[in-house]
Amino acid sequence: MPIRSHREDTMTVTYEERLRNFDWRLAADELGWHQGEPLNIGWHCTDRICARGLGGKPALLWEDFRGEERTYTFDDLRQLTNTFALWLEDLGVGPGERVCLFMDRVPELYIGFLGVLKMGAIVQPLFSAFGEDSLWTRLDNAGTCTIVTQQKHVRKVRKIVDRLPGLRHVVVVDADPSKPLKERETALDLHGLPRVDAYTVHPTGAETPSVLHYTSGTTGQPKGAQHVHMSILGQYLTAKWVLDLKEDDVYWCNADPGWVTGTSYGIIGPWANGVTQAVLDAGFNAEHWYRFIQKHRITVWYSAPTAIRLLMKEGADLVRRFDLSSLRHLCSVGEPLNAEAVVWSEQAFGRPFHDTFWQTETGCIVITNFPGMKVKPGSMGRPFPGIEAAVIDPKTGQEVEQGKVGVIALRPGWPSQIRTYWNNDAGFRAKHIGGWYVCGDQASIDKDGYYWFVGRDDDVINTGGHLVGPFEIESALLEHPAVAESAAVASPCALNMEVVKAFVTLKPGFVGDQDMELEIMNFIRKKLSPLAMPQRIEFIEQLPKTRSGKIIRRVLRAQEFGQPVGDLSTLMND
Amino acid sequence: MDDLKQTILEYVKHEYLDDEDEDLGYGTPLISGGIVDSFSMVSLKRFLENRYKISIPDAEASPEAFDTVDSIAALVVRFKQA
Repeated sequence: MPIRSHREDTMTVTYEERLRNFDWRLAADELGWHQGEPLNIGWHCTDRICARGLGGKPALLWEDFRGEERTYTFDDLRQLTNTFALWLEDLGVGPGERVCLFMDRVPELYIGFLGVLKMGAIVQPLFSAFGEDSLWTRLDNAGTCTIVTQQKHVRKVRKIVDRLPGLRHVVVVDADPSKPLKERETALDLHGLPRVDAYTVHPTGAETPSVLHYTSGTTGQPKGAQHVHMSILGQYLTAKWVLDLKEDDVYWCNADPGWVTGTSYGIIGPWANGVTQAVLDAGFNAEHWYRFIQKHRITVWYSAPTAIRLLMKEGADLVRRFDLSSLRHLCSVGEPLNAEAVVWSEQAFGRPFHDTFWQTETGCIVITNFPGMKVKPGSMGRPFPGIEAAVIDPKTGQEVEQGKVGVIALRPGWPSQIRTYWNNDAGFRAKHIGGWYVCGDQASIDKDGYYWFVGRDDDVINTGGHLVGPFEIESALLEHPAVAESAAVASPCALNMEVVKAFVTLKPGFVGDQDMELEIMNFIRKKLSPLAMPQRIEFIEQLPKTRSGKIIRRVLRAQEFGQPVGDLSTLMND
Repeated sequence: MDDLKQTILEYVKHEYLDDEDEDLGYGTPLISGGIVDSFSMVSLKRFLENRYKISIPDAEASPEAFDTVDSIAALVVRFKQA
């Protein structure tokens, strides 16, 4: 793969200048890639950066909640990803097979992600807090051949492994010698293996599947959003222009690579730009976070509204106890950033968080507040150059008038858009109307072209920036011995924007008291995930249904948000 | 107080650890250590309220207050006395 010189911008270019004569070939040129040539994300994030003379530069500054620290240079990353790739090959994993990474934010997760891509397999990162049912659903759907995990999570895998005949290997990266491994399980001591300096990266093409992220919809089980190696073009350029990453930056992305932000902008975007990134494998603690920024002199921070609101609760006085003067650019993603959080960040950090909008299917930021652009607090910003966006009427596919509410739609064709849903192309096609890809978020556009989020256009629940599908929760609820019927809907929450609320009817003989509430909460948390756990449960006698017996969630959702319920003429039990 | 801490510790081990053999003590960071996330904290709060017949206002249920078994036990004692 040819190496091109890397053009470094020395001054911020305006949004309008970026729009002028924009062409995605700019990203290809800067990455030194030509149409028809092999394209491999793993190689571009490691070998290419080393070939540019940056091998000795820190790529990963890693720290956990105990204070344990490790630093990896780009050359460490290159060699360790080679080692991981070759080890998987020797294990018998082949190109195109699905390899799941089910780990906390340990170095092996980041190294493994690029290693899997280098050997031509498809990497399937899954959030390590997923319960056994969520895990099984995704591994079964993907036909995953190998799961790489930690000792602390292996018991969860053991509970479902017998129901996954295609799962050949369970790899444990920190196997405890005192705990014997079972059939199909293999220990991998990555740092103890001889490092592989020379490795022939699999010649993946631009359209070769790369990453499989699962995302929830209103109906059915979660769908595997299938990304391709060409996504790096969008991730590289948006990381450079929107996150404003420059080679001397130290960047921190709060997102877990179990979700798309954690891979597009927690791995690919920054490392394709040759930027040092810091990773904190720890839960939320405001003081710890500020200390982390201070210690590593973080310059660019990509966070999420829920985290920002948690920081707001701790107050601006706490911010002033730390030297956070290194911060020069702040961005946010996951759910709309409320105006109060933007204003607070200006007061607390001396600069606003810039909201960015995108989703698993888009692969990269598509609507955003550009650096240097006037931030209208509460607005999502304007479309990224090269992204043709509109607000349309979902029934007709026609653009709505300025200021009117419709759904956000994007004209397909940008490099990072997923190519399909795994084994569900019909599901992906169904999200297109009149030549537009429909995001499912309602918004309006103001006279200056800024987008303003209104709400979801479907029953999907956006909690803390993560989409949760009601069907998956309701299916799991029915497995509880006391539950007769249920409906899961969004309920407003000041911190997480929305939380899951379950309306439950119980079977005869069961009592809907506080103990039952807790039992159901824990049942769902362990089966699915903490995100899917209903934070509120209401026991009711009867659920609202259509004449054909279908539960009408919109009535319950409207009730939660204090909105009118709309036409009730089809309700049979009203 | 030790009984209270032990009850909370056992509950956290049983409910929130995938591997109950993991080391967990009264001072182990639960929230900042990633053992209990902010979503799961809601169910832990509900357990404490049910078990000890108390009501913990949301404003008091901060990540810091729930970060260790020690701090949770102190919170429970405070609301039991209130």
